[in-house]
Amino acid sequence: MFLDKRKKGSAEIPTSSLADIAFLLLIFFLVTTTIDTDKGISLVLPDLGKATEVNKKNIANLLINANGNVLLKEEPIAIKQIAERARQMLQENPRLIFSVKTDATTKYDVFIAVLDQLKRASASRISIAEPES
Amino acid sequence: MKFKTKSKVSCGIPTASMPDIVFMLLIFFMVSTVFKESNGLNVVLPAAKRIEKLPGKRDVAVIWADRSGRISIDDKLIQIADIEPIIRAKARDELHPMKLVSLRIDKDVEMSKVTAIQQQLRTVGSTALNINYSTKTAVD
Repeated sequence: MFLDKRKKGSAEIPTSSLADIAFLLLIFFLVTTTIDTDKGISLVLPDLGKATEVNKKNIANLLINANGNVLLKEEPIAIKQIAERARQMLQENPRLIFSVKTDATTKYDVFIAVLDQLKRASASRISIAEPES
Repeated sequence: MKFKTKSKVSCGIPTASMPDIVFMLLIFFMVSTVFKESNGLNVVLPAAKRIEKLPGKRDVAVIWADRSGRISIDDKLIQIADIEPIIRAKARDELHPMKLVSLRIDKDVEMSKVTAIQQQLRTVGSTALNINYSTKTAVD
């Protein structure tokens, strides 16, 4: 009979090279994956036109001029000492708001350094005043 | 002789489950891979110590500003006034609504520019108010 003469080929899919294929794909994704996460200082901006009255004694003004010199409550201070001073001030008054005011030509670098110092003092109430131009 | 009583344990590593392991790794990397969509501008980020990691890259809008005063979103050079409509559109995106705005600003940019960008974000309101000043990790 004709039916009996039919060839009996193996009906299985060869899986010996499966590992190789998977490895190849794995290496491709390993190489293209970038694990570097963005890091930075997070802040929430206030809504537009939402000015709240704050008691004057709860505000500490931080003024930064164009040369990167900082005044904290009318006293000049080195940037590296802000964290320590801010921590002391927060102990005296936990409701203290730090109001950071920069000059229009102040470098962003200095502003971030000051913000970092305030974050190190665990200050959560930070206000950023608009520079006068 | 005593030598002959030594038991013969097979010392090959079983490789039958290797494809499974490899596939598992493969699927992990496939899922976690986010292809770089934009290259942005050439900026030198400022450094800070007390920094937080961004939750992810998918729902973040990145605004670049370099020292020569150029501003870019998604590889397109734009003017400051264009930030508001673009960010507003991103906040309304149905698939991936923006949750955070990352500011990648060069350390030599003047604060007047930074404030101008922030003012644009404030006019958008709600989700655009969550910002992150992108920085490097400081060593001191």
